[in-house]
Amino acid sequence: MPQAVKRVEGRMAPLDLADVDTDQIIPKQFLKRIERTGYGLFLFYDWRARGNFVLDRPEHAGASVLVAGANFGCGSSREHAPWALRDFGFRAIIAPSFADIFRANCYKTGLLAVTLPESQVRHLIDLAAEDPTAQVTVDLEAQQVRGEGFSYRFDIDPFAREMLLHGLDEISLVQNHDPDIAAYEKRRAPWLPAVSR
Amino acid sequence: MRTAEGEPDLLFVDLHLVHEVTSPQAFEGLRLAGRHVRRPDLTVATMDHNVPTRGGVRAADELSRKQMDVLAENCRAEGIALHQIGSRRQGIVHVIGPELGLTQPGMLIVCGDSHTSTHGAFGALAFGIGTSEVELVLATQCLPQKKQGDVAVTVTGELPLGVTPKDIVLGVIGHTGTSAGQGHLVEYRGETIRGLSMEGRMTICNMSIEWGAKAGMVAPDDTTFRYVEGKPHAPKGVQWEKALDYWRTLPTDDGATFDGEIAIDASKLEPHVTWGTTPAQVVPVTGRVPVPRSETDERALRYMDLVPGTALADVAIDRVFIGSCTNARLEDLRAAATVIQGRRVHPKVRAMVVPGSTSVKVAAEKEGLDLVFKAAGFEWRNAGCSMCLGMNPDILSPGERCASTSNRNFEGRQGAGGRTHLMSPPMAVAAAITGHLVDVRELL
Repeated sequence: MPQAVKRVEGRMAPLDLADVDTDQIIPKQFLKRIERTGYGLFLFYDWRARGNFVLDRPEHAGASVLVAGANFGCGSSREHAPWALRDFGFRAIIAPSFADIFRANCYKTGLLAVTLPESQVRHLIDLAAEDPTAQVTVDLEAQQVRGEGFSYRFDIDPFAREMLLHGLDEISLVQNHDPDIAAYEKRRAPWLPAVSR
Repeated sequence: MRTAEGEPDLLFVDLHLVHEVTSPQAFEGLRLAGRHVRRPDLTVATMDHNVPTRGGVRAADELSRKQMDVLAENCRAEGIALHQIGSRRQGIVHVIGPELGLTQPGMLIVCGDSHTSTHGAFGALAFGIGTSEVELVLATQCLPQKKQGDVAVTVTGELPLGVTPKDIVLGVIGHTGTSAGQGHLVEYRGETIRGLSMEGRMTICNMSIEWGAKAGMVAPDDTTFRYVEGKPHAPKGVQWEKALDYWRTLPTDDGATFDGEIAIDASKLEPHVTWGTTPAQVVPVTGRVPVPRSETDERALRYMDLVPGTALADVAIDRVFIGSCTNARLEDLRAAATVIQGRRVHPKVRAMVVPGSTSVKVAAEKEGLDLVFKAAGFEWRNAGCSMCLGMNPDILSPGERCASTSNRNFEGRQGAGGRTHLMSPPMAVAAAITGHLVDVRELL
């Protein structure tokens, strides 16, 4: 069951790269677990193995907001990517754009994926690099990213926002429509394939 | 299925494809909540990502075996049909759906895999979902979805010799960049698309995700219907006629307008090769490694160990991979084999052919394609995702450079430190023979 998320407060880690794909976020050799947890250790495994990776620098330890370049989370649909980010300690990700499947996966995981214009993301990346202690608030209720001297409004799909704010179980919500689903099942075209085992 | 003000539409899923990597947590979630699979008859599972392509299940590492065992147990408990390793219909999930006739026009098809867009080639709406959504679909057979924008990619002109559907889609991605398709459904249309086989259309739809699109589609036509007819799960008799009547109503109106339009002249296309670490970092094979225009380009050049200005034909390769849900159907293997013409794989190159499914493998062997490949020095393997993503024993070693017919050239995708150049199957064979990236037209 997802947890409700209203706001995330904390420090930022800057990942000043575009097109960060989910193969980088969590390489495939770590997709063989059958649990939803235990991936944080392997976040950005190959990049961290090369040393001096930004997330391993002491000044960014404990950051809860990741700020990254455009098209974050592109590639494979693996939900292990947001699981790893969450396990590592992130609760929100800010970028100019996200790959569609990744963003949907973040919402299911209770990670706030927030889109801001390129110039505002640039400001946040620079701020995090210059002052790693800078505090930021990602406020889902107010749809704002705030810090000292700035407040940026963001748009988010209203349904996703409701789901996140209240930690709603989507399966239960859909199951509430069971009569509609059952009626639809009866009127589906008879030629559609069905497989008996 | 259901629409309501202020809520995303609730869509009914006609076919849910399942594989071993993105499903275990979904089944576990069901179990913890005391839920069951609503429509096991609309759910089909296969093993593809982890399967070794030789040596059978015993060649798999312990964790992979465990994942396959868990899938088998989940399918058994929930009554889901499973094409497991060693069975005659096992294969890459996006290869077996169409060849079993499970993929049909007008359906909604989802799978916990981003290349689900492949099935759009039949005029189905098909896209990848995450594991939580897999759980939702298992439990309810439904998926809430917002309405998407639409983009038309119109391809006209005759494809020159040696230029393939892979080059069309690489050309499109080179033109649009990695994310132009975000939030959009793409329709590939125009006379060139109409003239393509289903295999070619699947290659193009498959890579829609590589420019960020939600899904890619081609309107169904007689080519589609001929492909589907007679397949194991295709409608039969009166139902076939009714289905045909319905499918013929599906194509977009001639005068339809789109949120975005892209035009491609196929007659001007050349064989394409990627040089970087995104599929958008791509140039015609006659070109050179470009001068970097961004930090992303510089990062890619460093990783790929390439110097701007180098002719692509001067780039030597170590490995060749012919396979993946993009390019491992019978037609792809035939196109690859025709380039061989009695020549052999370069002595410094290790090359392998991995059919997309066991059915493809059997059909290819019936035509003697396996003998052609083996005589030339290619390894002929069993079906699976293989080196497309390296979740199985087929991986690149650090620093190795691979000519690959797969879909992603991300850092480490085919093995940590490995370097991937994406191209068509004929181009990959040409690279195998010469030992470097090369214009396949020089060998035809």
